Amino acid sequence: MSVDTSKVATSNRTDAATAKKPGPAGSLATWADDRLGLATAMKKNLRKVFPDHWSFMLGEIALWSFVVLLLTGVFLTLWFNPSMGHITYEGSYDQLRGVGMSESMASTLHISFDVRGGLLMRQMHHWAAAIFIASMMVHLLRVAFTGAYRKPRELNWVIGCILLLLGTLEGFTGYSLPDDLLSGTGVRAADGFLKATPVVGTYMSFLLFGGEFPGESIIPRLYIIHVLLIPGILLALIAAHMLLLVYHKHTQWPGPGRTEQNVVGYPMLPVYAAKAGGFFFMVFGVIALMGGLMSINPVWKFGPYDPTKVTAGSQPDWYMGWPDGLLRIMPSHMESVIFGYTISWNVLIPILLVPPLMLVILMLLPFIEGWITGDKRDHHLLQRPRNAPTRTAVMVALMTFYGLAWAAGGNDIIAIKLHLSINQITYFMRIAIFLGPLLAFWITRRWCISLQRHDNEKLLHGYETGIITRSPEGQYAERHLPISETAAYTLTARERDEIHAVGGDTDAAGVAAPNSRSEKLRARLSSWMYRHNVQKPTRAELEEAHHHAEHEAELQSGLDHPADGHQFDDHRLRDTDEVPLRDH
Amino acid sequence: MRLLNRTAGRLSRHRRGPLAGLVVLLLGLVISGSLYTAFSPAQADSQPSETDQVAQGKELFLASCSFCHGQNGEGVPTVREGYQLGPSLVGVGAAAVDFQVGTGRMPMVQPGQQAPRKPPVFSDEETAALAAYVASLGPGPAIPNESDYSIEGLSEEEREEAISRGGQIFLTNCTACHNFNGAGGAMPRGGYAPSLHGVEGKYIFEALLTGPQQMPNFSNGNLSPEEKRDVIAYLDSLEDNAEYAGFTLGGLGPVSEGLFAWLLGIGGLVGAAVWIASHTTRTKKSKVNP
Repeated sequence: MSVDTSKVATSNRTDAATAKKPGPAGSLATWADDRLGLATAMKKNLRKVFPDHWSFMLGEIALWSFVVLLLTGVFLTLWFNPSMGHITYEGSYDQLRGVGMSESMASTLHISFDVRGGLLMRQMHHWAAAIFIASMMVHLLRVAFTGAYRKPRELNWVIGCILLLLGTLEGFTGYSLPDDLLSGTGVRAADGFLKATPVVGTYMSFLLFGGEFPGESIIPRLYIIHVLLIPGILLALIAAHMLLLVYHKHTQWPGPGRTEQNVVGYPMLPVYAAKAGGFFFMVFGVIALMGGLMSINPVWKFGPYDPTKVTAGSQPDWYMGWPDGLLRIMPSHMESVIFGYTISWNVLIPILLVPPLMLVILMLLPFIEGWITGDKRDHHLLQRPRNAPTRTAVMVALMTFYGLAWAAGGNDIIAIKLHLSINQITYFMRIAIFLGPLLAFWITRRWCISLQRHDNEKLLHGYETGIITRSPEGQYAERHLPISETAAYTLTARERDEIHAVGGDTDAAGVAAPNSRSEKLRARLSSWMYRHNVQKPTRAELEEAHHHAEHEAELQSGLDHPADGHQFDDHRLRDTDEVPLRDH
Repeated sequence: MRLLNRTAGRLSRHRRGPLAGLVVLLLGLVISGSLYTAFSPAQADSQPSETDQVAQGKELFLASCSFCHGQNGEGVPTVREGYQLGPSLVGVGAAAVDFQVGTGRMPMVQPGQQAPRKPPVFSDEETAALAAYVASLGPGPAIPNESDYSIEGLSEEEREEAISRGGQIFLTNCTACHNFNGAGGAMPRGGYAPSLHGVEGKYIFEALLTGPQQMPNFSNGNLSPEEKRDVIAYLDSLEDNAEYAGFTLGGLGPVSEGLFAWLLGIGGLVGAAVWIASHTTRTKKSKVNP
């Protein structure tokens, strides 16, 4: 007997809907859910929405290169022997056969020449390390320039900074393991840095090396730090970093339909799973190509470490380049002798003081900014770099400092490749390291402000069409046309900056206001930060401008003007569709 | 005859072709060159005697070298004390001249921190004459024979030993300036240790012997001739070997590696991110018009 469904539901189907037999994937999912109860959690997270922008994928490069590091690193541990025991090399590399070296060096050569795919894995591991830290820095810059580190993401910023530090240390320990000439020189330098610490320097050095440099224990110790301790902390912090990302939800660019309360984008499954998965293979592919085609750290040419040898071009890997550069441009005579003990400022300042100080400044950036602005609201909409000119300029100044110190770390290579004198480069850098950041700050801030002005121009007077009209009097003028509403919305989706006003030193009864000194400082900094910014036009200004534009159009409509200005651009087509953020 | 005509006809079709002028020019050059070689007097018979050589060398020296090194090779001091236009060449030996002139470093084009390597100005014969003249000014190291800097005569086993020994000597004495790869390095005040790639064994031997420019002198008491030979053998072996690891990126160490990690690695991956982000999802197989 068939059921008459027309009474209970309006449907264009004649028979009742029945559940389809589940496919194999569905059955498997049901089987797993019955036992693990994942469906509830997955239901939410598989539909989690991420906004779409290329700059949001920079951190992913770091994540995927870390995965490559884990994979290739495991491969390398199968053959690497972290021992400083002395043996004579008898492997395949002719030029070093019969040469005495440590077992770690010999096993590195063994991996390079006698293990199938070993050299590829070594080079991939090294390139992946270089890219891992580079992508962390690029990601950091994106986060800083867009103001994504504002509340509630300050702590995730701090975690990111610690990841950068740990990545650097992990890189350094890995670079030191093969015990070749270059890495040994680096370890010797690290020993010198430790010993430059006042009072406890020699104790720390003896503790780390288990006696006088080099001893027999540094490689095994660095090895366990490199393969267990730091990777463990890195993994835990990466997990925390990503959990916080899920908890906070991803930031997005402002635009129509995008608010502080929502996230507009595509769901994890199927879109982002595919995009992120695809990106993993791209990262893997780029690293594999680099590992296969480009030489990195050819230890067989360096030969085993020997304190009596050194090579020109002895540099650390790129991420340690900037402290090395500071060390290179530091005047070498800066030492003082106190009670018969030498304080080596020439090592202390560039290595032990400035780099940690820079890291602390980096970590504090969101907190300093939050204190000055007094902004306690959550921010999920990003700011364009131009709309926070002071922050952008501070970051560019820090980048300039970093870049100059970094370049100074390669002063010898710059000298020979550009036919310059290494001394002149050093003198230049000694001055540029102070003036460069200031100059960069000033230029960037003015640049941002003029871009803000440009945005206001577009809002008030429209965009430049490139159509030149001549009036009956012979005057030439460029026709401006209003930008689309979407574009106008996006441009105005930012807040007005408010300069923090200080109340007054004393209240009405003559009692000093609490925190008045810090309040005054805050007010001064807030003024310094915002005073020059260009604010978006007010409603009245916009209406006035539109009124003016309509009037103009009306005046011209009667004239014999076949060209409305849209003949030579595609705005007429696009006005109907959603317009990307930075169109015209 | 008909065949010949046809061939000539085929050729003449090309006589106004774009390459015709070039072909004729090349033909002319090849023919005149071969004729000259065939009819010019044989060189072997005209080897000058030693005194002739010295006399010829002196003439060349007066014309090209004496401005800085003095009419008798005694050197020319400048007004500033301790500085000289050109050092004295008494006692530098034939090896120094063969190195400096043979590699084109001397005569210098202009005064500078360092004389760069360039195509030699003098022919082999003229260089030999200059060397003979300068050698006559005072005793100094002679131009080495090929057996001094070549490991040709050694057995396979001895060669391998020589190469690995040479590598260790190279790393101890040379890499501090010339870099582990022989790619060169910076010296103070615009000076530089030049690249050793493609430098003939003879010139490396002479450079070690005479210590040109900023290079220290590795006398035979310091590095024996065999040890010098081993260093050259090691450098040759590096050049003969395949680059096991791919492109060397200049062989300059971590600086160029970092440059490539940023330019190619991060640059490429950011490009990939832009590409992925710009290709968004669509529900239909056909492309939707924007």
